[in-house]
Amino acid sequence: MRPTVLIVVLVALLVPQLGGADSGADLYLQSCVTCHGRGGSGVPPGGKHFGPPLQGVGAQAADFYLTTGYMPVQRADQEPVRKSSPFSDAELRSLVQFIGSFGGPPVPHPRPERGSVSEGLELFTANCAGCHQVAAEGGLVVGGTAPTLADSTPIQIAEAVRIGPYLMPRFTRKQLDDRQVDSIIRYVQLAQHPDDRGGWGIGHLGPIPEGLVAWLIAGAALVGVAAVIGGRAP
Amino acid sequence: MRRLGRWAIAGAVLLVGRGQRRRQLPPPEPVVDAWEPAPRAELLVAGLLLLAAALAVAFIVIYAGGADTQLLGLALGLCFGTLAVASIVTAFRLTPPEEAEEPYPERFHSTEVAEVEQIASESGRPLTRRRLLGLTAGSAGLALGVALLAPLASLGPVFDTSRLRREPWRRGVRLVDNEGRVLRADDIELDTLHTAFPEGANPEILASPIVVVRVEPARLDLPVGRRNWAPGGIVAYSKVCTHAGCAVALYRAPHFEPSRPRPALVCPCHYSTFDPATGGTVLFGPAGRPLPQLPLAVGPKGELIALGGFSGAVGPSWSGVRE
Repeated sequence: MRPTVLIVVLVALLVPQLGGADSGADLYLQSCVTCHGRGGSGVPPGGKHFGPPLQGVGAQAADFYLTTGYMPVQRADQEPVRKSSPFSDAELRSLVQFIGSFGGPPVPHPRPERGSVSEGLELFTANCAGCHQVAAEGGLVVGGTAPTLADSTPIQIAEAVRIGPYLMPRFTRKQLDDRQVDSIIRYVQLAQHPDDRGGWGIGHLGPIPEGLVAWLIAGAALVGVAAVIGGRAP
Repeated sequence: MRRLGRWAIAGAVLLVGRGQRRRQLPPPEPVVDAWEPAPRAELLVAGLLLLAAALAVAFIVIYAGGADTQLLGLALGLCFGTLAVASIVTAFRLTPPEEAEEPYPERFHSTEVAEVEQIASESGRPLTRRRLLGLTAGSAGLALGVALLAPLASLGPVFDTSRLRREPWRRGVRLVDNEGRVLRADDIELDTLHTAFPEGANPEILASPIVVVRVEPARLDLPVGRRNWAPGGIVAYSKVCTHAGCAVALYRAPHFEPSRPRPALVCPCHYSTFDPATGGTVLFGPAGRPLPQLPLAVGPKGELIALGGFSGAVGPSWSGVRE
């Protein structure tokens, strides 16, 4: 009796450790294959489940979609939103490794400390702020939303620039080289921790709420002034 | 003869008018008590009004010389503030504190009217430098009015509208990016947005900036007559929105098309949305006409060149451009 129990316990402890790419394949079969097909071949639309092929997207796209919680989604026509991933860190690693084995670019390794904030601001304004706003707080596009970058990690930003998730265009290395992407990440890191000297950022939404606040305060002050200079009447 | 008659009637009217004006009442009894003149307050008010005029002029000068918006706001704000202080000083120091009660029902009785006129004329007595105050107030008002109208010059060229129609694109002009590098056809990948300018031309001319994207050739459905305008599916459109003239800077590039809206060029100002696959037609938003398309070709070394000018007028629709 005893040796049997011992063996069962040992097997149960060892099997997940032995996993590696195999457990990635298992996770793929559990969570991804209905929409992305066997071996990442994709499922054409028409049926209940469909999805794009994953051959050639590489560990870069897999890491982005899985660590942001964009994938898995319940329905293919849903806009993916940032949520906590149902997978553990170890599961994420093996799944990314498995999808990366279909071929494609690896996970990038940005070095934002090499970048320059001022160049990053310039590039972010020219290329990103139209949708994500200059404060990187996100906004609307026709047919979807541009997410806030408040929780984006440097690796996720570097990945998103290259793959263009959901409705976002992608940027080739000729348009933005890796050093320029470093600068953009450095700027986003600054925007994630804004220096609000006045103590009140008003959502960093720009001149319209600032103007509203100014009008309210200026309006109250004007009422006060009017009360003082009009106080002469008996 | 008839003209002479008219002159005679006009002369008679003038004479009668003169006669009436000469009729004046004898000086009436004073109603308002004697009121200390305040020459220092008058000078203060005049000085403040002149300062307001100077600030309004400063606004115009700042506007003409590059327009730093913070300085503009400062000048206009101080101008209004100075006018406000001048009004307050006038109210406190230069207006007689006399209260006159009117006998109620006969509001428009003639002696009443005369009395009010008398009060008004006597109240004016402390304003011994009325003319000075009037002139300074007039100059402040005039300068402020001109200052408020000056920014109208920013609405657009008034005398020379030809630069709105200048066309830097001709057959054979190469496309360059914002750093002057020649754009090649294989630089334009699917799902990427490129801004380009005509090589060697002023990039600030309205018609210079264009957006270049690649559409899958099978998806192309260009209007008749534009069949050879898109080599390999690469299309180019003016970057200036036909609605309000903002830069069409957004590219909706769906990652997985079966379940996503189709690719589109979007203007971030009012979300006018244009379809690059069908000749820039409007999919959504306030724009009233398609983005003008630029015919493209690929040169001998793989570089992108223009085949001619745009398909329509560049820039926002205005009275001269509505097609």
